[in-house]
Amino acid sequence: MLSRTAENMFWMGRYMERADATARLIEMGYRMAMLPGSNEQEEWRSVAAASGSAPDIVEDKKLDGATVVQRLLLDADNPSSIRSCLTSARANGRAIRTALTQDMWEALNDGWRQLGQMDADTALKSLPTLLEWTKNRTAAFRGASEISLLRNDGYYFLRMGGLIERADMTLRLLDVKYYVLLPETDVVGGGRDYHQWTSVLRATSALRAYHHVYKGDYTPWGIADFLILNATFPRSIAYCYRSIKRFLDDLASDYGETSSPQAVASEMVKRLDAIGIEELFQNGLHEFVSDAIGTTRRLSMEISKAYHF
Amino acid sequence: MYNEMFADDRSIRGPYDKVSEWINTSGVDLLKLRQSEAEAIFRKIGITFAVYGEGGDPERLIPFDLIPRVFGAAEWRKMSRGIKQRSRALNAFLYDVYHRGEIMRAGIIPEELVYQNEAFLPDMMGVDPPGRVYSHIVGVDIVRTDADRFQVLEDNCRTPSGVSYMLENREIMMRMFPQLFQAGIVEAVDSYPSMLKKTLEEVAPIKCDDDPTVVLLTPGSLNSAYYEHSFLADLMGIELVEPQDLFVENGLCWMRTTRGPQRVDVIYRRIDDTYIDPLAFKADSLLGVPGIFDVYRSGGVTLCSAPGAGVADDKAIYVFVPDMIKFYLGEKPILENVQTWRCAEPDDCKYVLENLKDLVIKRVHGSGGYGMLIGPHAAKKEIDAFRAKIKANPNEFIAQPTLDLSTAPILGSDGIEERHVDFRPYCLVGKEIRLTPGGLTRVALKKGSLVVNSSQGGGVKDTWILAE
Repeated sequence: MLSRTAENMFWMGRYMERADATARLIEMGYRMAMLPGSNEQEEWRSVAAASGSAPDIVEDKKLDGATVVQRLLLDADNPSSIRSCLTSARANGRAIRTALTQDMWEALNDGWRQLGQMDADTALKSLPTLLEWTKNRTAAFRGASEISLLRNDGYYFLRMGGLIERADMTLRLLDVKYYVLLPETDVVGGGRDYHQWTSVLRATSALRAYHHVYKGDYTPWGIADFLILNATFPRSIAYCYRSIKRFLDDLASDYGETSSPQAVASEMVKRLDAIGIEELFQNGLHEFVSDAIGTTRRLSMEISKAYHF
Repeated sequence: MYNEMFADDRSIRGPYDKVSEWINTSGVDLLKLRQSEAEAIFRKIGITFAVYGEGGDPERLIPFDLIPRVFGAAEWRKMSRGIKQRSRALNAFLYDVYHRGEIMRAGIIPEELVYQNEAFLPDMMGVDPPGRVYSHIVGVDIVRTDADRFQVLEDNCRTPSGVSYMLENREIMMRMFPQLFQAGIVEAVDSYPSMLKKTLEEVAPIKCDDDPTVVLLTPGSLNSAYYEHSFLADLMGIELVEPQDLFVENGLCWMRTTRGPQRVDVIYRRIDDTYIDPLAFKADSLLGVPGIFDVYRSGGVTLCSAPGAGVADDKAIYVFVPDMIKFYLGEKPILENVQTWRCAEPDDCKYVLENLKDLVIKRVHGSGGYGMLIGPHAAKKEIDAFRAKIKANPNEFIAQPTLDLSTAPILGSDGIEERHVDFRPYCLVGKEIRLTPGGLTRVALKKGSLVVNSSQGGGVKDTWILAE
């Protein structure tokens, strides 16, 4: 496979995932801002911070929903806005049309212009519909890839791009919200923390799944365990890294040679397997998260180095 | 004017029986509805024609007209023999140009017309391309001016485009109207990609000692024909590469892959001569693969079409194609040329200047329907402007009579209407000459217009060759 094709597949996977994750993030902010007693500004601030793509507005004293929606959903100049992600993913796909199936291309191409002609007020009014639409676009693309793409190197690069982005998004959410999960904040108590905890789950679409796994109440430990160590939850760090490791191994065996990113991924998997959530909290949740963000960035670079893109 | 569907007494001509019956049973309203569905499908699949820098939607759809254009089996038989004949003669001419130049020595074609031509590449002198093939895909633009009069308007020896529309137009017609194609009355066109692949494999370079690796070289996704490039690469199952994916090392051509360098043997390039190799042609160009021309000359890789093939499809050379057929093949030309005056000839030029209002004036090196004058449809000011241009640079222009192009039915706003059409078949030249029964029909959608180019408001149609 051409290195350029691999690169475009990888980034197409990343952009689609980022669009999806950003939609979930905005959805979280929107839901949180509606709750009685919530600090609307703070909710939007954490959305902006977690997205990592609009550092300037995080400091904005008069931050509101319209600004966030403008920057994270519509802004053509922000490379991480949903609009930019969908446009970039389509451009990646268009540059390597032959590596895509017809179904995948149609999923990328369908309605990609829609956000281009919208202003923030209109977007804010129909926000739930737009976020739903975004999630549907990315789901259609993912589904088309699953059922139509050959299981070879192209598929592996696409999926690894998506998984790295997903791990990164979950980690950045934890980076912004880690303090609400710290035991110390228990003293604040009451409804707010309950909502804060659920907001983390909401941003990762994990609210109901959480119940199925942990049965009882929301606890900071349960939530952190779910998002980091629980390999059954597809947005957890453990799941992402295990899958990346599997794809790297498959790729290496297809190509008949081991690769340097395999070592990075498998070290992370071992670390996650060995540690329990108590120990992780003891060592410092924030330290773990910062460290894992670095590792994920390194993994992405190792992959592009190993496969010449 | 020859109306392809209706005879003078408004009865339906034989080849159009099925189409006419289909129009009548479906009704115009239903067909219009289906036409808009077809457009939505084209848009969704992404079959667009990029026009950048002109404002508006950069990824435009070429308008697709639902009513097929039909040729009978006998009409096609004659045309196909003529197309193959022409393709052979054009390749023989190119070999001659870059070797002994017999046809110039014989005084049939003026030397300066060839050797001072912009498209002539001195570096190609003495190079032997595999199979002596220079133009592997020859697009011959044909117009019909009477019941059995088919005339060649121009030849395209470099990288004729549009074949994806031949395939997609048929695909969409079969998808929307399967019943029309029952009983196999229409010849299939879908073997084109595999024939193209076979053709390209047949011209593998001498240094290739294994199954040849064929790639399609595109300038990139901003190119107006990018959709076609990706479409063909996909159907042939070959890599679609951009110049930066290729490099030259140890006298061979390689592509950069996830597993390191991989050898490339045959390049179907959809990129102009001057942008192939910055070392050989255009030092200031950022495009291209440095050193590839040397690899080509030493038999390390095959470029299709060969650099310098454009000298055969120049409009000034066009005049001599019937002579080439006689000279190289010893045959009588099956397809006629259109009468052409070369303004470089003083007598011709005088005639042209006196009759501008009745003639079509074209630039010798122009294409795409840009910068031409259609005398009968032009205002006096335009004609005067052209007169000045021709006087200043007579060598740059040729003139042809305004042709009475045949018309075919289209689905217009008032129902079935007549519009002028032309036809471009795609002839493949490798070890064998192959021709898919079909081609691209372009239609001038503006009433009365004779310009079919998509950049000038032309559309396309599915083209049927009826089975014997």
